[in-house]
Amino acid sequence: MQTEYISAFDVVIGVLWRFWPVWVALILVMGASFTYKKRLGLYGQLFDSGVGIAGVFICLFWLFTAIFASTISPFDPLAQVSVMKDTLPGAVEPASKLVYYFGGDKLARDVFSRMVYGSQIVLIIAPAATGFALMVGITLGLPAGYYGGKIDTLLSFLANLVLAFPVILLFYLLVTPGIMDTPIPYAMAGLFFLFPIIFFCVLFWTRYKNRPDRLYILLSITLVLGGWIYAGLVFDKDPLHIVHIDPNQLNIFVAVVFASSPGVFRIVRGLTMDIKTRDYVAAAQTRGESPWYIMLWEILPNARGPLIVDACLRIGYTTILLGTLGYFGLGLAPESPDWGTAIKDASRLLRSFIHPALPPTIALMSFVLGLNLLADSLREQSMKD
Amino acid sequence: MFSFIARRIGTILLTMLCLTLVVFFLVNLEPNLKKLAISQTEMHTPADQLESWLVNHGYRQNFFLRYGQWLGVLPKHPITDPATGKTTQRFSFCNDPTEPKFSGVLQGDFGCSTKFKTTVAAKLFPALGATGLLMFWVLAVMVPISLLIGILAGMREGSRTDRTLSVASIASTATPEYVSGVIFTVIFASWLGWLNGSAASASQGITFYNFTLPVITLAIYGIGYIARMTRASMVEVMTQQYIRTARLKGLSFSSVVVKHALRNALIAPFTVIMLQFPWLLTGVVIVEVMFRYQGFGYTLVEAAGNNDIDLLLGCSLVSVFIVLITQLISDVGYAFLNPRIRVQ
Repeated sequence: MQTEYISAFDVVIGVLWRFWPVWVALILVMGASFTYKKRLGLYGQLFDSGVGIAGVFICLFWLFTAIFASTISPFDPLAQVSVMKDTLPGAVEPASKLVYYFGGDKLARDVFSRMVYGSQIVLIIAPAATGFALMVGITLGLPAGYYGGKIDTLLSFLANLVLAFPVILLFYLLVTPGIMDTPIPYAMAGLFFLFPIIFFCVLFWTRYKNRPDRLYILLSITLVLGGWIYAGLVFDKDPLHIVHIDPNQLNIFVAVVFASSPGVFRIVRGLTMDIKTRDYVAAAQTRGESPWYIMLWEILPNARGPLIVDACLRIGYTTILLGTLGYFGLGLAPESPDWGTAIKDASRLLRSFIHPALPPTIALMSFVLGLNLLADSLREQSMKD
Repeated sequence: MFSFIARRIGTILLTMLCLTLVVFFLVNLEPNLKKLAISQTEMHTPADQLESWLVNHGYRQNFFLRYGQWLGVLPKHPITDPATGKTTQRFSFCNDPTEPKFSGVLQGDFGCSTKFKTTVAAKLFPALGATGLLMFWVLAVMVPISLLIGILAGMREGSRTDRTLSVASIASTATPEYVSGVIFTVIFASWLGWLNGSAASASQGITFYNFTLPVITLAIYGIGYIARMTRASMVEVMTQQYIRTARLKGLSFSSVVVKHALRNALIAPFTVIMLQFPWLLTGVVIVEVMFRYQGFGYTLVEAAGNNDIDLLLGCSLVSVFIVLITQLISDVGYAFLNPRIRVQ
């Protein structure tokens, strides 16, 4: 049976139409941001420059795509419709009369739906891993920069040790199927996921230690929430079965956190060493504040500008790392719709078909570009102050 | 200065020791040894024979003993048949010792590649040569272009040229090798047919036709980053008092840029270019796999995919060495280039 095709113009219109929930959400958010931009602080200032608007637009676009993925994509990303194998963009699926907007891949899956669902994987793992890397880097970088001396020497040596590893070698060693039979990923997860809990406990303790009414509430919230997520992620023993992560996803998550936290550590350490010479730190020291209070409540808030910029860049970098993992077929399941895996599958067959390769590459590139534009604009705005 | 370099080299050696120990531990995890045994024996070998293969080839010896042997501080022993007492080589395809002998990295013996059935040195060094060639062309393309872009953009901050070039460099840093490689292959190999989408034939001899795609793919990711650093450095230099003085003296803008600004603006990019090597190393792996170029990255992936212990250790030693040496060169070079910095 001959496959029916729709015209290129119809493909464009169709794709734009499939994204309707994203457009609605974008119009609402961007409109609201424009209206109230004076009151939104740093975020509002982003809307003063074209680069900032473009960055926010692209990032929000992919955020909403990830949220509304099931509405946008016409097909299941794993479903195979054998007649649609290697079809060109715009092919009509005979049974449902829905369109394979970007064609079918070699396993007869819809390239468009896979691209849309791929955004979900990236937008969950990349920001979360960056968040954990920030926690680890901040919790270790602050004392290293503040105390200096032996702690600094030891932690810096460890950080340089990890940084001296070429990322790709690290991933080949840490993200192999065999390693999941060993306790290493779980031990590393157990270690890394402790840091946010420690961080928030110390954060609240230093601030409210003389105000037990606030302190106990905040501490218990931290411990219950943190412990719950910790149990779910590390031991997969969440009593309510809500927090759950696949072993191979945990493995790549841990590897990505491990690879990017030394970078955060170095930045935080450098910033701390710079800021600790300021007058307000000396004032706090004279008041007799504890070292951790000074680190968390005096130094950290004043280091937030560069850290926010770095976090933006780092999410982009983590996205690239995830793509690299997918490209080498490490960690993620072979049928997973993430962009890296899709690029790997498609690039092997580039001589015969190019259409399955382009959507994931452009998606990945545009998302990272959006984050980089955002970071650039944030840096410019924070320099103006 | 001398003691600074000596101390740094000491740190480098310590780091290399720690890192090889970590790699040694990871490649010798039980699942990885199983995988090695399965790939080295016939199909469907029963479990006890896999185990005896591992024992026979010395993989069941004490972990630190074997690390010491690899390093060359402990003697390597040949296989001794318990029945006859005869000794045979551990691996016949490379000149493993037939009598106990110190033969490790310190003696210049990198061991045996189980995947390629040869010595690690015979596999690794030609591959490094091939990658060196690739690196040379990448740097030859990347450094002039990125410096030019950075200087043009930073010359007049906020101008239209600056904005255009800045956005272009941001775009290039957002394009990892596996993305730009696919896009370039689609454009230049599939649509236009100008270039070859595979560099497999480049091992015999490089031509413009088969080598351009890997080179520009690798270069494009670094260009944006170096250009941005150059721009930032150039912008900073252009606001300095001595530039204003030179302008007020009546020198032309171009002469101020070339004679006064350029030299001072190029100190920072030098360190950045040096620190770019670790990133290039990852890029090399991606590009060599993508374009099937038989270099260091290709060897690393093969070694890692087959858990080829000695080859993988050799690869990590080389890559860690490159990373640390470039860091050292960047530090020392920075001190040389910038007279305001003095190392103690």
